[in-house]
Amino acid sequence: MSEQTTPLPRVIVLSGGLSHERDVSIRSGRRVTMALREQGHEVIESDIGSGLVDLLRSNPDAVVVSMLHGGVGEDGALREVFDLVGARYVGSDGRASRLAWDKSIATPVLARRGVTVPKQVVLPHEVFRELGAAALVDSIAESMGFPLMVKPARSGSALGCSRVDSTDELPSAMVGAYAYGTETVVEEFIEGTEVAVAVVACGDDVRVLPAVEIRPDSGVYDYEARYTAGATRFLVPAEISAETAAKCEAMARTVHHALGLDGVHRIDIMINKDGEPVFLESNVSPGMTETSLVPLALEAAGLDLGAEMSRLVVAAAER
Amino acid sequence: MARASGQRHDTRLDRYVNHYADRAMGLRASAVRSLFSVASRPEVVSLAGGMPNIVDLPLNVVAQAMDSVVMNQGAMAMQYGSGQGEPFMREKICEVMALEGIQAHPDDVVVTVGSQQALDLVTRIFCDPGDVILAEAPSYVGALSTFASYETDVVHVGMDDNGLQPDALRAAVAAVKASGRQAKFLYTIPNFNNPSGITQTLERRRELIQVAQDLDILIVEDNPYGLLTLDGDPMPAMRSMEADRVIYLGSFSKTFAPGFRVGWVLAPHAVREKLLLAQEAAVLSPPVFSQYAVAAYLDQHDWKGQIVSFRDMYRARRDAMLQALEEFMPPGTEWTHPAGGFFVWLTLPEGLDAQAMLPRGISGRVAFVPGNAFYADGFGTRNIRLSYCYPTPEKIREGVRRLAAVMNQELELRDTFGLRGNTGRRQIDHGAPGPNVQ
Repeated sequence: MSEQTTPLPRVIVLSGGLSHERDVSIRSGRRVTMALREQGHEVIESDIGSGLVDLLRSNPDAVVVSMLHGGVGEDGALREVFDLVGARYVGSDGRASRLAWDKSIATPVLARRGVTVPKQVVLPHEVFRELGAAALVDSIAESMGFPLMVKPARSGSALGCSRVDSTDELPSAMVGAYAYGTETVVEEFIEGTEVAVAVVACGDDVRVLPAVEIRPDSGVYDYEARYTAGATRFLVPAEISAETAAKCEAMARTVHHALGLDGVHRIDIMINKDGEPVFLESNVSPGMTETSLVPLALEAAGLDLGAEMSRLVVAAAER
Repeated sequence: MARASGQRHDTRLDRYVNHYADRAMGLRASAVRSLFSVASRPEVVSLAGGMPNIVDLPLNVVAQAMDSVVMNQGAMAMQYGSGQGEPFMREKICEVMALEGIQAHPDDVVVTVGSQQALDLVTRIFCDPGDVILAEAPSYVGALSTFASYETDVVHVGMDDNGLQPDALRAAVAAVKASGRQAKFLYTIPNFNNPSGITQTLERRRELIQVAQDLDILIVEDNPYGLLTLDGDPMPAMRSMEADRVIYLGSFSKTFAPGFRVGWVLAPHAVREKLLLAQEAAVLSPPVFSQYAVAAYLDQHDWKGQIVSFRDMYRARRDAMLQALEEFMPPGTEWTHPAGGFFVWLTLPEGLDAQAMLPRGISGRVAFVPGNAFYADGFGTRNIRLSYCYPTPEKIREGVRRLAAVMNQELELRDTFGLRGNTGRRQIDHGAPGPNVQ
């Protein structure tokens, strides 16, 4: 076998941005940058701003790896810009990102494909103002029961999410979620085992990694439990039956194809008391920090973060 | 599915999780703290940061001072130094303190790595875990972090427009005593308190010293902003009225530049002895080069004139903020009118929760510090600290306009859900905010 003589593509790693998850994004970007440099790539690290288009245009051979979390980094807008200026990039395109990012759109799409999803309702804040909050809150309580999960329709890192156990708690949970956006998802709270399944895809080559089981000490996998090293116990592969693991894998593949995803992404699943996986959400730009789930899944699968990212970069450059 | 490598990984992603001291358990990631990351972006008007605005410093003068230090005193300036601080630096510090009426001997001064380290040393030598420290309500977030790191309990003492209330101090001391504990000291920022901007009147200072004498209380007087008075002359320091019972903390961070990290502590002799030993154990000697540089700046520049120039600049910023608040704030909002320093303390209309509103603020491109960061007991949910020290007057006006818009949105939402009047204490978030907003 002859040695590779083609130089590795230059990479632009984007991180930071203006979303509520800027801090996490910077940490993800830093880790991916180091991993790619170890593979021999020349990496330009950049935040996004008015100079981004010039940066992309002045590096036409570079491949973009977006580690932006939240906002334009995940809602598809930035990926549309990449296409607009002809920049090559790793990961899902604008349409797929948009679909996955908005929980209120992704969930019914997946339900139609047979994926088990939680019962949910999506409500813009205007509807409460126009129809009267008290009556609507009562209706939610009556039709969905408790406990419930309240979360922003478009957000990550569990920001703005809260568990609600009674009608009294619902209004302040709603206000907390609306602080992160104009639409809120109210869904049934699934009791069970929380797992995350990472997918590494390069076109038709779709690899589903072993499920990571999440056991936060506090009982809630909130921001603190996610980003404080030591605050959560992770088991890889998850301590679930082979049958359930197979169902999780099947769900990940279905979600991947139904939403048209690509690159590295992560699907969050709750396994209910009957051992049935229930889809919670998908993330087209999952965290890559020292406490994130995808690097953990890669390691457990015997894969190297840098090598996998490099493989995706090279494939993107050849497109 | 990609094949797992046989054995199950069972990890907490921190191999030292069983090795940490109990006091490290509170050092956790914080969603609130993470939001301040966005404040550094140019699109955001940050009314959060407490950084002095030093762009008006005569950098050529500073460069000459540094140059002369390196060329003429380099070998000494880059060597280890005295644990107490260089004698010439301590003499200069006494000259600075004299401006606020303090007569002190250089031997009673210990130079520190900013006054933050002075606070650390004082807490270290006086407090055991579980001890009580009295502090203003609200108080400096950096002090609360230091007190928490020594596992002390902070009991807040109420303030009014004239500063700490003597009766509240008496009551707090009595309550602590009744619980079988002793208040180790009272921590106070008498001039332009961070975060409230409130200044203790002269009469109030006298009363508080009297209470301290009556009840045998030690006072730690933190005075980083005293010379930055915007209306009138500097007030006499509490230390100038009582030498035996007041430990005084000072700093060049606001009157010159924070990057040199030169602060100090002036203490009664017996205390100074312990502080010196603690200082040597902590850092061997405070930064020698910084002391040479600060001393050279003080020697070669009209630093008092520079402070007058700083006052003019901060006055314009304060006035811009007060005017904008008057113009834009929704009914029911109240705020302090600081006579100096960097901060305005806002009390939100009933029902608003500053921390819950912060993500909306970030979306609205304005950053502020929620009031509960300045309380050790979860109060302050209806308060916000606004800083006018760093942004230009134009940015301040725009920031206040954005904040008002965010408040109006939040008010409308809370009205919709019938949540007005429903604020109280918050769970304490030791992670928030970060050092850039102290």
